[in-house]
Amino acid sequence: MTFTSRWIAGGAALLVIAAVAAGCAMAPAPDYDKVALDMIKGSFRPQGQAGLDRLQQDEAQRLCSGPTAPAPADLKRIETAELATVKPPPSGRYIGDWREGEKLAQNGRGMTWTDPAGTPAGGNCYNCHQMSKAEISFGTIGPSLYNYGKLRGVQDPADPASAPIVQYTWGKIWNAKAYSACSEMPRFGHAKVLSEQQIQDLMALLLDPKSPVNQ
Amino acid sequence: MRRLIALAAAALIGAPAAAQSSADEIAKYRAMLADGNPAELWEAKGEALWKQPRGPKNASLQQCDLGRGPGVGKGAFVGLPRWFADTQRVQDLESRLLTCMQTLQGFDAAEIAKTPFGRGEQANIETLVAWISSESRGMKFALPQAHPAERTMYEAGKRIFFYRAGPYDFACATCHSQEGKRIRLQDLPDLTTAKGAGAGFGAWPAYRVSSGELWSMQRRLNDCYRQQRFPYPGYASDATIALGVYMGVTAQGAESIAPALKR
Repeated sequence: MTFTSRWIAGGAALLVIAAVAAGCAMAPAPDYDKVALDMIKGSFRPQGQAGLDRLQQDEAQRLCSGPTAPAPADLKRIETAELATVKPPPSGRYIGDWREGEKLAQNGRGMTWTDPAGTPAGGNCYNCHQMSKAEISFGTIGPSLYNYGKLRGVQDPADPASAPIVQYTWGKIWNAKAYSACSEMPRFGHAKVLSEQQIQDLMALLLDPKSPVNQ
Repeated sequence: MRRLIALAAAALIGAPAAAQSSADEIAKYRAMLADGNPAELWEAKGEALWKQPRGPKNASLQQCDLGRGPGVGKGAFVGLPRWFADTQRVQDLESRLLTCMQTLQGFDAAEIAKTPFGRGEQANIETLVAWISSESRGMKFALPQAHPAERTMYEAGKRIFFYRAGPYDFACATCHSQEGKRIRLQDLPDLTTAKGAGAGFGAWPAYRVSSGELWSMQRRLNDCYRQQRFPYPGYASDATIALGVYMGVTAQGAESIAPALKR
Protein backbone atom coordinates (compact mmCIF):
# COMPACT_ATOMS: atom_id res chain seq x y z
CA MET A 1 0.00 0.00 0.00
CA THR A 2 1.35 3.40 -0.92
CA PHE A 3 1.57 6.35 1.45
CA THR A 4 -0.73 8.25 -0.81
CA SER A 5 -3.52 5.72 -0.89
CA ARG A 6 -3.25 5.73 2.89
CA TRP A 7 -3.52 9.51 2.84
CA ILE A 8 -6.64 9.12 0.73
CA ALA A 9 -8.12 6.40 2.90
CA GLY A 10 -7.68 8.90 5.70
CA GLY A 11 -9.86 8.68 8.77
CA ALA A 12 -11.30 5.24 8.10
CA ALA A 13 -7.92 3.54 7.95
CA LEU A 14 -6.74 5.42 11.03
CA LEU A 15 -9.73 4.22 13.02
CA VAL A 16 -8.86 0.65 12.05
CA ILE A 17 -5.22 1.13 13.03
CA ALA A 18 -6.24 2.74 16.30
CA ALA A 19 -8.70 -0.07 17.05
CA VAL A 20 -6.10 -2.76 16.34
CA ALA A 21 -3.55 -0.98 18.50
CA ALA A 22 -6.06 -0.60 21.33
CA GLY A 23 -6.95 -4.28 21.05
CA CYS A 24 -3.29 -5.21 21.52
CA ALA A 25 -3.04 -2.83 24.50
CA MET A 26 -0.17 -0.96 22.76
CA ALA A 27 0.37 2.73 22.25
CA PRO A 28 -1.03 3.64 18.83
CA ALA A 29 1.62 4.34 16.20
CA PRO A 30 1.85 8.03 15.31
CA ASP A 31 -0.04 9.05 12.18
CA TYR A 32 3.13 9.53 10.13
CA ASP A 33 1.24 10.83 7.10
CA LYS A 34 -0.24 13.65 9.15
CA VAL A 35 3.11 14.33 10.85
CA ALA A 36 4.77 14.64 7.43
CA LEU A 37 2.06 16.94 6.04
CA ASP A 38 2.17 19.17 9.12
CA MET A 39 5.96 19.30 8.86
CA ILE A 40 5.78 20.36 5.21
CA LYS A 41 3.21 23.05 6.08
CA GLY A 42 5.42 24.42 8.86
CA SER A 43 8.82 24.27 7.15
CA PHE A 44 8.54 26.40 4.00
CA ARG A 45 8.12 30.12 3.37
CA PRO A 46 7.23 31.99 0.16
CA GLN A 47 10.19 33.30 -1.83
CA GLY A 48 10.06 35.22 -5.12
CA GLN A 49 7.42 33.74 -7.38
CA ALA A 50 7.35 30.45 -5.38
CA GLY A 51 4.36 30.82 -3.04
CA LEU A 52 3.13 28.36 -0.42
CA ASP A 53 0.24 27.41 -2.74
CA ARG A 54 2.80 25.27 -4.57
CA LEU A 55 2.82 22.84 -1.62
CA GLN A 56 -0.85 22.03 -2.22
CA GLN A 57 -1.16 18.73 -4.09
CA ASP A 58 -3.78 17.86 -6.68
CA GLU A 59 -5.07 14.30 -6.85
CA ALA A 60 -2.48 13.09 -9.38
CA GLN A 61 0.41 14.45 -7.31
CA ARG A 62 -1.04 13.01 -4.09
CA LEU A 63 -1.59 9.52 -5.51
CA CYS A 64 1.88 9.48 -7.09
CA SER A 65 3.72 10.46 -3.88
CA GLY A 66 4.55 6.99 -2.57
CA PRO A 67 7.53 4.67 -3.03
CA THR A 68 5.33 2.32 -5.07
CA ALA A 69 2.81 2.95 -7.85
CA PRO A 70 -0.87 3.49 -6.99
CA ALA A 71 -3.48 0.78 -7.62
CA PRO A 72 -4.44 0.16 -11.30
CA ALA A 73 -7.89 1.68 -10.76
CA ASP A 74 -6.29 4.90 -9.43
CA LEU A 75 -3.87 5.03 -12.38
CA LYS A 76 -6.79 4.72 -14.80
CA ARG A 77 -8.78 7.43 -12.98
CA ILE A 78 -5.82 9.86 -13.06
CA GLU A 79 -5.17 9.25 -16.76
CA THR A 80 -8.83 9.77 -17.68
CA ALA A 81 -9.02 13.02 -15.70
CA GLU A 82 -5.70 14.34 -17.03
CA LEU A 83 -6.56 13.48 -20.65
CA ALA A 84 -9.68 15.64 -20.31
CA THR A 85 -7.42 18.67 -19.60
CA VAL A 86 -5.57 18.50 -22.93
CA LYS A 87 -6.43 21.49 -25.10
CA PRO A 88 -5.64 21.25 -28.82
CA PRO A 89 -4.32 24.52 -30.34
CA PRO A 90 -7.36 26.74 -31.08
CA SER A 91 -5.65 27.79 -34.32
CA GLY A 92 -5.41 24.15 -35.40
CA ARG A 93 -1.68 24.77 -35.94
CA TYR A 94 0.38 22.08 -34.23
CA ILE A 95 3.81 22.67 -35.75
CA GLY A 96 5.99 25.74 -35.19
CA ASP A 97 9.71 26.43 -35.78
CA TRP A 98 12.18 23.68 -34.81
CA ARG A 99 14.98 26.27 -34.42
CA GLU A 100 13.05 27.94 -31.62
CA GLY A 101 12.19 24.47 -30.30
CA GLU A 102 15.88 23.56 -30.03
CA LYS A 103 16.55 26.73 -28.01
CA LEU A 104 13.68 25.85 -25.69
CA ALA A 105 14.89 22.26 -25.34
CA GLN A 106 18.30 23.56 -24.23
CA ASN A 107 16.79 26.01 -21.74
CA GLY A 108 16.31 24.64 -18.23
CA ARG A 109 15.38 27.91 -16.56
CA GLY A 110 12.05 29.07 -15.22
CA MET A 111 9.67 29.15 -12.26
CA THR A 112 12.26 28.82 -9.47
CA TRP A 113 12.34 31.40 -6.69
CA THR A 114 15.44 32.96 -8.33
CA ASP A 115 13.76 33.38 -11.75
CA PRO A 116 12.04 36.77 -12.15
CA ALA A 117 8.25 36.24 -12.30
CA GLY A 118 6.84 36.52 -15.77
CA THR A 119 9.96 35.47 -17.70
CA PRO A 120 9.11 32.61 -20.09
CA ALA A 121 10.26 29.17 -18.88
CA GLY A 122 12.39 26.82 -20.95
CA GLY A 123 11.40 23.28 -21.92
CA ASN A 124 14.09 21.48 -19.86
CA CYS A 125 14.11 18.70 -22.52
CA TYR A 126 17.86 17.94 -22.58
CA ASN A 127 17.93 17.71 -18.78
CA CYS A 128 16.18 14.33 -19.11
CA HIS A 129 16.14 13.28 -22.81
CA GLN A 130 18.54 12.67 -25.65
CA MET A 131 17.19 14.79 -28.52
CA SER A 132 19.68 15.52 -31.33
CA LYS A 133 22.88 13.72 -32.20
CA ALA A 134 25.01 16.86 -31.83
CA GLU A 135 24.14 17.54 -28.19
CA ILE A 136 25.97 14.97 -26.07
CA SER A 137 25.11 16.64 -22.75
CA PHE A 138 21.72 15.04 -22.15
CA GLY A 139 20.03 13.42 -19.17
CA THR A 140 18.58 9.93 -18.92
CA ILE A 141 15.54 10.19 -16.64
CA GLY A 142 13.31 10.14 -19.74
CA PRO A 143 13.64 7.97 -22.87
CA SER A 144 15.76 9.03 -25.85
CA LEU A 145 13.79 11.15 -28.30
CA TYR A 146 16.47 11.00 -31.01
CA ASN A 147 14.75 10.37 -34.39
CA TYR A 148 11.37 10.75 -32.66
CA GLY A 149 9.43 11.68 -35.83
CA LYS A 150 11.49 9.56 -38.22
CA LEU A 151 11.01 6.37 -36.18
CA ARG A 152 7.25 6.99 -36.23
CA GLY A 153 7.20 7.40 -40.01
CA VAL A 154 6.35 11.13 -40.02
CA GLN A 155 7.40 12.49 -43.41
CA ASP A 156 5.00 15.44 -43.39
CA PRO A 157 3.42 16.50 -40.08
CA ALA A 158 0.65 18.28 -42.04
CA ASP A 159 -0.39 15.03 -43.82
CA PRO A 160 -3.67 13.70 -42.34
CA ALA A 161 -1.92 10.33 -42.02
CA SER A 162 0.33 11.94 -39.39
CA ALA A 163 -2.63 13.25 -37.35
CA PRO A 164 -2.70 10.51 -34.68
CA ILE A 165 1.01 10.85 -33.78
CA VAL A 166 0.82 14.67 -34.03
CA GLN A 167 -2.15 14.81 -31.66
CA TYR A 168 -0.63 12.29 -29.24
CA THR A 169 2.65 14.26 -29.10
CA TRP A 170 0.78 17.50 -28.42
CA GLY A 171 -1.14 15.76 -25.62
CA LYS A 172 2.05 14.27 -24.14
CA ILE A 173 3.73 17.68 -23.89
CA TRP A 174 0.52 19.34 -22.67
CA ASN A 175 -0.11 16.76 -19.96
CA ALA A 176 2.21 13.73 -19.69
CA LYS A 177 0.04 12.27 -16.91
CA ALA A 178 -2.76 11.67 -19.44
CA TYR A 179 -0.78 8.73 -20.83
CA SER A 180 1.23 7.64 -17.79
CA ALA A 181 -0.39 8.65 -14.49
CA CYS A 182 2.80 9.02 -12.43
CA SER A 183 5.13 10.15 -15.25
CA GLU A 184 8.16 12.13 -14.01
CA MET A 185 7.54 14.68 -16.79
CA PRO A 186 5.97 18.05 -15.95
CA ARG A 187 2.52 18.87 -17.39
CA PHE A 188 3.84 21.73 -19.52
CA GLY A 189 0.52 22.93 -20.98
CA HIS A 190 -1.79 22.03 -18.12
CA ALA A 191 0.47 23.65 -15.48
CA LYS A 192 0.96 26.73 -17.73
CA VAL A 193 4.74 26.26 -17.80
CA LEU A 194 4.89 26.69 -21.60
CA SER A 195 2.71 28.75 -23.97
CA GLU A 196 0.87 27.38 -27.01
CA GLN A 197 3.55 28.93 -29.26
CA GLN A 198 6.36 27.30 -27.29
CA ILE A 199 4.68 23.89 -27.49
CA GLN A 200 4.26 24.34 -31.26
CA ASP A 201 8.01 24.98 -31.52
CA LEU A 202 8.82 21.86 -29.46
CA MET A 203 6.42 19.88 -31.66
CA ALA A 204 8.44 21.02 -34.70
CA LEU A 205 11.68 19.94 -33.00
CA LEU A 206 10.23 16.44 -32.53
CA LEU A 207 8.27 16.01 -35.76
CA ASP A 208 9.67 18.26 -38.52
CA PRO A 209 11.76 16.08 -40.89
CA LYS A 210 14.28 18.95 -41.10
CA SER A 211 14.77 19.13 -37.31
CA PRO A 212 18.13 17.92 -35.90
CA VAL A 213 16.12 15.37 -33.90
CA ASN A 214 15.24 13.56 -37.14
CA GLN A 215 18.67 13.61 -38.80
CA MET B 1 48.84 26.66 4.57
CA ARG B 2 50.68 27.86 1.45
CA ARG B 3 50.08 24.42 -0.06
CA LEU B 4 46.37 24.74 0.60
CA ILE B 5 46.14 28.16 -0.99
CA ALA B 6 48.00 26.91 -4.06
CA LEU B 7 45.56 24.02 -4.32
CA ALA B 8 42.56 26.30 -3.95
CA ALA B 9 43.92 28.50 -6.71
CA ALA B 10 44.45 25.46 -8.92
CA ALA B 11 40.86 24.39 -8.25
CA LEU B 12 39.49 27.77 -9.27
CA ILE B 13 41.51 27.84 -12.49
CA GLY B 14 40.34 24.33 -13.29
CA ALA B 15 36.70 24.99 -12.44
CA PRO B 16 35.26 25.96 -15.86
CA ALA B 17 36.88 22.99 -17.60
CA ALA B 18 35.59 20.55 -15.00
CA ALA B 19 32.06 21.94 -15.12
CA GLN B 20 31.81 21.47 -18.88
CA SER B 21 33.51 18.14 -19.37
CA SER B 22 32.17 14.62 -18.95
CA ALA B 23 31.66 12.73 -15.72
CA ASP B 24 34.89 10.83 -16.39
CA GLU B 25 36.87 14.04 -16.55
CA ILE B 26 35.30 15.18 -13.30
CA ALA B 27 36.21 11.87 -11.67
CA LYS B 28 39.81 12.26 -12.87
CA TYR B 29 39.94 15.80 -11.55
CA ARG B 30 38.50 14.67 -8.23
CA ALA B 31 41.15 11.94 -7.94
CA MET B 32 43.84 14.50 -8.73
CA LEU B 33 42.71 16.63 -5.82
CA ALA B 34 42.01 13.73 -3.46
CA ASP B 35 44.98 14.61 -1.28
CA GLY B 36 44.29 18.32 -1.39
CA ASN B 37 40.58 19.10 -1.31
CA PRO B 38 40.19 22.88 -0.92
CA ALA B 39 37.63 22.05 1.82
CA GLU B 40 40.74 21.81 4.04
CA LEU B 41 40.77 25.61 4.12
CA TRP B 42 37.28 25.61 5.65
CA GLU B 43 38.22 22.80 8.04
CA ALA B 44 41.20 24.71 9.40
CA LYS B 45 39.14 27.86 9.90
CA GLY B 46 36.33 25.88 11.52
CA GLU B 47 38.66 24.27 14.05
CA ALA B 48 39.98 27.67 15.04
CA LEU B 49 36.45 29.13 15.31
CA TRP B 50 35.29 26.23 17.50
CA LYS B 51 37.91 27.13 20.08
CA GLN B 52 37.66 30.90 19.81
CA PRO B 53 35.64 32.86 22.44
CA ARG B 54 32.95 34.71 20.46
CA GLY B 55 29.50 36.24 20.61
CA PRO B 56 27.78 38.36 23.29
CA LYS B 57 28.88 35.87 25.97
CA ASN B 58 32.45 35.74 24.65
CA ALA B 59 32.50 31.93 24.92
CA SER B 60 33.88 29.18 22.69
CA LEU B 61 31.90 26.20 21.38
CA GLN B 62 34.12 23.76 23.27
CA GLN B 63 31.27 22.82 25.62
CA CYS B 64 28.84 22.19 22.72
CA ASP B 65 27.27 18.71 22.88
CA LEU B 66 26.85 17.32 19.36
CA GLY B 67 25.54 14.02 20.70
CA ARG B 68 28.70 12.40 22.07
CA GLY B 69 29.06 14.62 25.10
CA PRO B 70 30.19 18.22 25.59
CA GLY B 71 33.09 19.12 23.32
CA VAL B 72 33.35 15.73 21.59
CA GLY B 73 33.70 16.25 17.83
CA LYS B 74 34.99 12.86 16.80
CA GLY B 75 32.19 10.56 15.62
CA ALA B 76 29.50 13.17 16.19
CA PHE B 77 28.82 13.77 12.50
CA VAL B 78 28.03 10.12 11.64
CA GLY B 79 25.45 9.99 14.45
CA LEU B 80 23.42 13.02 13.28
CA PRO B 81 20.56 13.90 13.10
CA ARG B 82 19.61 12.55 16.56
CA TRP B 83 17.37 13.29 19.56
CA PHE B 84 18.60 15.86 22.09
CA ALA B 85 16.97 15.86 25.54
CA ASP B 86 17.81 19.51 26.34
CA THR B 87 15.95 20.89 23.31
CA GLN B 88 13.41 18.02 23.13
CA ARG B 89 14.06 17.90 19.38
CA VAL B 90 15.69 15.75 16.75
CA GLN B 91 18.46 17.98 15.38
CA ASP B 92 20.91 17.84 12.51
CA LEU B 93 24.42 19.26 12.73
CA GLU B 94 23.40 22.75 11.69
CA SER B 95 20.32 23.09 13.91
CA ARG B 96 22.45 21.77 16.79
CA LEU B 97 25.14 24.37 16.08
CA LEU B 98 22.44 27.07 16.18
CA THR B 99 21.45 25.80 19.64
CA CYS B 100 25.05 25.91 20.88
CA MET B 101 25.72 29.33 19.37
CA GLN B 102 22.62 30.67 21.17
CA THR B 103 22.99 28.98 24.55
CA LEU B 104 26.80 29.09 24.90
CA GLN B 105 27.74 32.20 22.93
CA GLY B 106 24.57 34.29 23.14
CA PHE B 107 23.96 34.62 19.40
CA ASP B 108 20.36 34.95 18.13
CA ALA B 109 19.68 31.56 16.45
CA ALA B 110 16.58 32.82 14.62
CA GLU B 111 18.58 35.70 13.16
CA ILE B 112 21.31 33.32 11.91
CA ALA B 113 18.65 31.03 10.41
CA LYS B 114 17.33 34.01 8.40
CA THR B 115 20.80 35.02 7.15
CA PRO B 116 21.48 34.09 3.49
CA PHE B 117 23.97 31.27 2.87
CA GLY B 118 27.60 32.31 2.72
CA ARG B 119 27.15 35.54 4.71
CA GLY B 120 27.86 36.55 8.30
CA GLU B 121 27.44 33.75 10.82
CA GLN B 122 26.19 31.46 8.01
CA ALA B 123 29.69 31.64 6.50
CA ASN B 124 31.11 30.71 9.91
CA ILE B 125 28.75 27.72 10.14
CA GLU B 126 30.16 26.48 6.81
CA THR B 127 33.63 26.33 8.35
CA LEU B 128 32.31 24.63 11.50
CA VAL B 129 30.45 21.90 9.57
CA ALA B 130 33.56 21.33 7.42
CA TRP B 131 35.70 20.78 10.50
CA ILE B 132 33.17 18.73 12.48
CA SER B 133 32.41 16.44 9.53
CA SER B 134 36.14 15.98 8.86
CA GLU B 135 36.51 14.69 12.42
CA SER B 136 34.36 11.67 11.39
CA ARG B 137 36.04 11.05 8.03
CA GLY B 138 36.25 7.31 7.33
CA MET B 139 33.77 6.44 10.10
CA LYS B 140 30.51 4.68 9.30
CA PHE B 141 27.07 6.29 9.52
CA ALA B 142 25.28 5.01 12.62
CA LEU B 143 22.30 7.25 13.33
CA PRO B 144 20.45 6.30 16.52
CA GLN B 145 16.84 5.18 16.02
CA ALA B 146 16.02 4.15 19.60
CA HIS B 147 14.05 7.26 20.56
CA PRO B 148 10.44 7.33 19.23
CA ALA B 149 11.00 10.88 17.93
CA GLU B 150 13.92 9.62 15.82
CA ARG B 151 11.73 6.94 14.27
CA THR B 152 8.96 9.47 13.64
CA MET B 153 11.45 11.75 11.86
CA TYR B 154 12.59 8.83 9.68
CA GLU B 155 9.00 7.99 8.70
CA ALA B 156 8.12 11.66 8.07
CA GLY B 157 11.35 12.19 6.12
CA LYS B 158 10.55 9.24 3.87
CA ARG B 159 7.13 10.70 3.08
CA ILE B 160 8.59 14.17 2.45
CA PHE B 161 11.17 12.60 0.10
CA PHE B 162 8.37 11.22 -2.10
CA TYR B 163 6.09 14.30 -1.83
CA ARG B 164 5.31 15.57 -5.34
CA ALA B 165 4.09 19.13 -5.71
CA GLY B 166 4.65 22.44 -7.46
CA PRO B 167 4.21 23.47 -11.10
CA TYR B 168 6.61 20.72 -12.31
CA ASP B 169 5.22 17.87 -10.11
CA PHE B 170 8.72 17.17 -8.76
CA ALA B 171 9.68 15.34 -5.56
CA CYS B 172 13.16 14.51 -4.25
CA ALA B 173 12.33 11.04 -5.60
CA THR B 174 11.94 12.35 -9.17
CA CYS B 175 15.72 12.58 -9.56
CA HIS B 176 16.93 10.37 -6.69
CA SER B 177 14.99 7.09 -6.63
CA GLN B 178 16.48 5.21 -9.58
CA GLU B 179 20.01 3.94 -10.10
CA GLY B 180 22.24 5.11 -12.95
CA LYS B 181 20.24 8.19 -13.99
CA ARG B 182 21.59 11.65 -14.69
CA ILE B 183 20.53 15.25 -15.39
CA ARG B 184 22.51 16.38 -18.44
CA LEU B 185 25.90 14.80 -17.57
CA GLN B 186 25.49 14.98 -13.81
CA ASP B 187 25.15 11.54 -12.19
CA LEU B 188 22.30 11.31 -9.68
CA PRO B 189 22.64 9.18 -6.53
CA ASP B 190 19.69 6.87 -5.78
CA LEU B 191 19.00 8.03 -2.22
CA THR B 192 16.59 5.16 -1.52
CA THR B 193 19.42 2.58 -1.33
CA ALA B 194 22.28 2.24 1.17
CA LYS B 195 24.88 2.57 -1.58
CA GLY B 196 23.31 5.64 -3.17
CA ALA B 197 22.51 7.37 0.12
CA GLY B 198 26.07 6.69 1.28
CA ALA B 199 27.46 8.34 -1.86
CA GLY B 200 24.91 11.19 -1.86
CA PHE B 201 24.07 12.08 1.73
CA GLY B 202 27.49 10.88 2.89
CA ALA B 203 29.37 13.42 0.77
CA TRP B 204 27.94 16.67 2.19
CA PRO B 205 29.21 19.13 3.33
CA ALA B 206 31.30 19.37 0.19
CA TYR B 207 33.53 21.77 -1.71
CA ARG B 208 31.82 22.66 -4.99
CA VAL B 209 34.33 23.19 -7.78
CA SER B 210 31.75 24.94 -10.00
CA SER B 211 31.12 27.71 -7.49
CA GLY B 212 34.30 27.61 -5.36
CA GLU B 213 32.17 27.37 -2.24
CA LEU B 214 31.73 24.92 0.59
CA TRP B 215 28.11 23.84 0.78
CA SER B 216 26.55 22.41 3.92
CA MET B 217 23.80 19.76 3.80
CA GLN B 218 21.20 22.47 4.49
CA ARG B 219 22.43 24.46 1.50
CA ARG B 220 22.42 21.35 -0.70
CA LEU B 221 18.79 20.62 0.24
CA ASN B 222 17.85 24.26 -0.22
CA ASP B 223 19.10 24.28 -3.82
CA CYS B 224 17.37 20.95 -4.55
CA TYR B 225 14.07 22.50 -3.45
CA ARG B 226 14.76 25.59 -5.55
CA GLN B 227 15.16 23.36 -8.60
CA GLN B 228 12.05 21.41 -7.60
CA ARG B 229 10.23 24.77 -7.98
CA PHE B 230 9.08 24.52 -4.36
CA PRO B 231 8.87 27.48 -1.97
CA TYR B 232 11.88 28.14 0.31
CA PRO B 233 12.64 25.54 2.99
CA GLY B 234 13.41 27.20 6.32
CA TYR B 235 17.02 26.81 7.49
CA ALA B 236 17.16 23.91 9.96
CA SER B 237 13.38 23.42 9.58
CA ASP B 238 11.85 20.11 10.64
CA ALA B 239 11.21 18.96 7.04
CA THR B 240 14.92 19.35 6.19
CA ILE B 241 15.98 17.56 9.39
CA ALA B 242 13.50 14.73 8.70
CA LEU B 243 15.00 14.34 5.22
CA GLY B 244 18.42 14.14 6.87
CA VAL B 245 17.21 11.35 9.15
CA TYR B 246 15.67 9.44 6.21
CA MET B 247 18.82 9.73 4.08
CA GLY B 248 21.19 9.13 6.99
CA VAL B 249 19.39 6.01 8.22
CA THR B 250 19.23 4.74 4.63
CA ALA B 251 23.02 5.30 4.46
CA GLN B 252 23.67 3.34 7.70
CA GLY B 253 27.00 1.51 7.48
CA ALA B 254 28.36 3.64 4.63
CA GLU B 255 31.66 5.43 5.19
CA SER B 256 31.59 9.21 5.56
CA ILE B 257 33.81 11.00 3.03
CA ALA B 258 32.67 14.51 4.01
CA PRO B 259 33.70 17.15 3.31
CA ALA B 260 33.89 15.73 -0.22
CA LEU B 261 34.75 17.35 -3.54
CA LYS B 262 31.86 17.98 -5.93
CA ARG B 263 31.40 19.24 -9.46
